[in-house]
Amino acid sequence: MIRVESLSVSFGRVQAVREVPFHVAPGEAFGLVGESGSGKSTVLGAIAGLIQDWSGTISVAGQPQGRRRDKAFHKRLQMVFQDPYGALHPRHVVDRIVGEPAAIHGLDEVGARVEKALGEVGLGPAFRYRYPHQLSGGQRQRVAIARALILEPEILLLDEPTSALDVSVQAEVLNLLARLRAERGLTYILVSHDLAVIAHMCDRLAVMRDGRVVEEMGVEELRAGAPREAYTRRLLAASRGYDRAAAEGFESTT
Amino acid sequence: MSAQALLAVEDLRVSFATATGVVEAVRGVSFTMGRERLGIVGESGSGKSMTGRAILGLVPPPGRVDARRLEFDGIDLTAAGSKRRRALRGRRIAMILQDPNYSLNPVITAGRQIAEAYRGLSRAAARERALGMLEAVRVPDPERVLRAYPHELSGGMAQRVMIAMMLAPGPDLLIADEPTSALDVSVRVQVLAILDDLVGRGRMGLILISHDLGLVASFCDRVLVMYDGRIVESCRASELESARHPYTRGLLAARPRIDGPGGELPVLDRDPAWRDAPGVCGAP
Amino acid sequence: MKALDDRSAGSFSAGPRAWLMAEAAGSRRQARLGRWYAAWLVFRRNPLAVTGLAIVCGLIVVALVAPWLAGHSPIEQNLQARLLPPGGGHWLGTDALGRDIFARLVHGARITLLIVALVAAIAAPVGLIMGCSAGYFGGWVDAVLMRITDVFLAFPRLILALAFVAALGPGIENAILAIAITAWPPYARIARAETITIRTSGFIQAARLQGASASRILVGHVVPLTSSSVIVRVTLDMAGVILTAAGLGFLGLGAQPPVAEWGAMIAAGRQFMLDQWWVAAAPGLAILVVSLGFNLLGDGLRDVLDPKHG
Repeated sequence: MIRVESLSVSFGRVQAVREVPFHVAPGEAFGLVGESGSGKSTVLGAIAGLIQDWSGTISVAGQPQGRRRDKAFHKRLQMVFQDPYGALHPRHVVDRIVGEPAAIHGLDEVGARVEKALGEVGLGPAFRYRYPHQLSGGQRQRVAIARALILEPEILLLDEPTSALDVSVQAEVLNLLARLRAERGLTYILVSHDLAVIAHMCDRLAVMRDGRVVEEMGVEELRAGAPREAYTRRLLAASRGYDRAAAEGFESTT
Repeated sequence: MSAQALLAVEDLRVSFATATGVVEAVRGVSFTMGRERLGIVGESGSGKSMTGRAILGLVPPPGRVDARRLEFDGIDLTAAGSKRRRALRGRRIAMILQDPNYSLNPVITAGRQIAEAYRGLSRAAARERALGMLEAVRVPDPERVLRAYPHELSGGMAQRVMIAMMLAPGPDLLIADEPTSALDVSVRVQVLAILDDLVGRGRMGLILISHDLGLVASFCDRVLVMYDGRIVESCRASELESARHPYTRGLLAARPRIDGPGGELPVLDRDPAWRDAPGVCGAP
Repeated sequence: MKALDDRSAGSFSAGPRAWLMAEAAGSRRQARLGRWYAAWLVFRRNPLAVTGLAIVCGLIVVALVAPWLAGHSPIEQNLQARLLPPGGGHWLGTDALGRDIFARLVHGARITLLIVALVAAIAAPVGLIMGCSAGYFGGWVDAVLMRITDVFLAFPRLILALAFVAALGPGIENAILAIAITAWPPYARIARAETITIRTSGFIQAARLQGASASRILVGHVVPLTSSSVIVRVTLDMAGVILTAAGLGFLGLGAQPPVAEWGAMIAAGRQFMLDQWWVAAAPGLAILVVSLGFNLLGDGLRDVLDPKHG
């Protein structure tokens, strides 16, 4: 569904992504995990066409992509952003936020589509004419997901969709994303710094560091706690909580 | 706890008068602590940060703080004037915030900000101490960091400078509000190791405020779980996994796990009765 | 879904207030009006701002009903009744040509309002379009647009207005044009700064990802967010605009006689300043009050629309 080969992105003199390859099969959930500055969100931006200065090959659904993307591309691929507070226009009501993509693409019966999309993310009609400031973080993220779904895309790029949310709200949003994927056969690329979220949601994952893919593996290997690379093993240890030994391990390499 | 407690809080309340009535952010929090690592966990809006701010006397207006007892090392904070509290703040009680960029002055070098704590000393001596402090928080190349402005530092480095700055006067109590949430996991464990070293020697009490149950369970000695402005459960950190309160258990279950079973995550069902039910205590 | 909230949409029969304050609006229009009502509730708490609003509203009302309010013709001369003091048939006395000062003042409100409205209507949109485009596109578009802005910003307002009027001939239209041309650059700078801060935000990225065109993003997403700062600034600038217009009128380069214009009225009254002070004082006071009104209103609007700069 998505094939990325030797993707490199540089901002000025800084090389954010170096020669990254991966492919994602239709219906698969693929995780990109790494720390800040590892280039994982940049990869997502390049695939989505939000970042222009990349080189290499990106093909989506068999079609090689250039700098500019056409409307058909946007119908096929949508994205959910990290910050639920910055991702919704503060002066637009939910109805407009969710309906905007349908209006851009000239779809008919926008009102009915908005209602349906909101229903699918568990927001009733009472939310339709609210402003973002009247919503909680979890509700905002549901609105962002509804906005991404209204064009009925096949691929959803998820950039840290729950990192700004409380644990209990995160569980609700992750459940929603898992259900939507099962129901619609969506393909996901999920970017996160949280190995547990990746392990819960994805089939396969790539670990990124300093713009490169350090390791690619199936989620079973991660669950079994047996990554090949030392860096991944340290990330795994660190994500399990505070551990003196883990701290010393990081100390010696950074 | 005896009269030796470093901090004693009894029936602490923080309320805000808004246009639509009085909102209580903290509703009767009581605990005592010594020179130990105390964790306060809860979700956003649980009142955990406001509790920390109330102890420091940093509740923003129009917030109102009431307490039957608020004692730090034998000093009655409720009776202390704002001048006295300002003197305590920084010297004896320090606070670390989530985002170091809010607390570091962007136009003053890191070195001078740390040296603020040594105002009585000569410039060279203060600089020497600041350098020592940066070494204590394991900053590689402390000479460079001393001369650097905050924007020239990475997030992890800025947080270390912040910790160095807060710890320079040698406080007895450190309140750390989500000190590592903005940091990467690998940097996070290093910053925690620094705090661990400093508290582990029994010189200082630490209140670690966090939303991360795993972190608090693995780092602290004791944990208070806050919900809706109250402490619903207090237990030893090592026993958090076997918590008894349905809220705590719900939070624990809602976390995705690397070695978890997959499938639906249990969603927390909030019981309105939790609002006023008495808190549970783990085995002493 | 337990997150569901089914508070009623607030029917209008329950009173307009309940309808406006409804947590869950039933239409986009109700939601928008509700937002404005909430802003009004904040605005209303500031007595100075309400005073400013009252003054500006008063100006508009006076301008609308001027012919009925005036009582006398603003241009009809009566040399037998020159320089009469206030009182009697003439509330504020008469000027050197025996014209009723109150009538001229009231009709002058029309000129002032015309100037203010036209300057705002020309300068604000130009500033918004220039600033938002420069900020959104960046690169060479930004460089070109902002250098143009700098050129206009470098002209002293009154001097440029003078040059303009000297070239095109005196008259109220040319004065308005001259003021508008010097007024927009600060708005462009404000709009550009605001645009740069929101350009990288999630909702703009999302709009791009939906395939929205640049013009759609600018008009539908960027302008609504930048316009409130510009509106505040425009309101605060209106006092200066009125003063510039009055200055041009005073120098004889604005509205031409016999049109009643406050600046020109002061100019005409200055010869009699010591003996017949009311001739110059009445329009002077009018300028003062209206300028103050716009400033107070602007401050109040800033608190409501733009709390971060408060």
